[in-house]
Amino acid sequence: MIDIVINITLLAFLAITSVAILRMTNLFAIVMLYGIFSLLSAGLFVVMDAPDVAFTEAAVGAGISTVLMLATLALVKRRQKPYYDEAPRAHRPWLPLVVVAVTGSALVYGTWDIPGFGAPGAPAQTHVARYYIEHAMPDTGVPNIVTAVLASYRGFDTLGEVTVIFTAAVAVLLLIGGKRPKATVKTKDEGKQDEA
Amino acid sequence: MRPNLILHVIAKFVIPLIILFALYVQFHGDFGPGGGFQAGVIFSTAFILYSLVFGLDTAEKIIPAHWLRILAALGVVIYAGVGIESLLLGGNYLDYTLMGSNQIAGQHLGILLVELGVGITVAAAMLILFFAFAGRGRE
Repeated sequence: MIDIVINITLLAFLAITSVAILRMTNLFAIVMLYGIFSLLSAGLFVVMDAPDVAFTEAAVGAGISTVLMLATLALVKRRQKPYYDEAPRAHRPWLPLVVVAVTGSALVYGTWDIPGFGAPGAPAQTHVARYYIEHAMPDTGVPNIVTAVLASYRGFDTLGEVTVIFTAAVAVLLLIGGKRPKATVKTKDEGKQDEA
Repeated sequence: MRPNLILHVIAKFVIPLIILFALYVQFHGDFGPGGGFQAGVIFSTAFILYSLVFGLDTAEKIIPAHWLRILAALGVVIYAGVGIESLLLGGNYLDYTLMGSNQIAGQHLGILLVELGVGITVAAAMLILFFAFAGRGRE
């Protein structure tokens, strides 16, 4: 019962936050709201008994992403440019409304076939999860099944993930890492004199 | 940057706690929630907090950029090296069973080393990202 109340409260806050993000033009406030959005999602994951995911969401989504966005924000202006230079042209709002309504109802229709949360017959529970739950402790001696799956059973995947993070760091270094080239172009002789 | 006494005192108090918590998450990941990814991110936030409070130049003196590059690569090397080690011991790639006296000990050692590699790479990569973005505005 208390779970349902917490879930509904968190989901309501998520919806309010996303609407607020959509309607704002102050980029600083939007970045802060992104952080709040991530923190609320982390809370939802905790309620759904996924502390490992919640941990990652809180650390990466609410922590690092916010800092990186703030660092980017320091380089750009704090206010979003208005979308239109002049007064917005009159357009028919019913076409996007229909598209949104159709997509939304298709998604809602799709959720009817999703098995209930934690249902024992759900495909997520019947495939390999059962094997992991039964064998993780005798196989690896690690009580946290998530760690056992991540580091041992699915070691190849995690190696790939680490390589992806490493590649991302290398790519950022290559793109914006080094010192900026000087704005003024020097001739060869001047450059030599400077070095000497 | 204008010195801000309250920020400095609180940051100096909080940063060791963050690092301690990161190490706890790193090495307690077998038993509780957490692991290399989370620990690496938390570890890097300690240094990010430091550079936000004390300035980017001071932070870069503590952890020079070339160190970060070496560390980011080192984590991947540790991870892949564990795989090669298990190959040399006669097992499959990343099969930790043969690394210890019995299966449990081998798995334990393997998981610990692999998570350490993940943590080092993630922490270094996050700091590289932060310094790259934050250092962009200077000069």
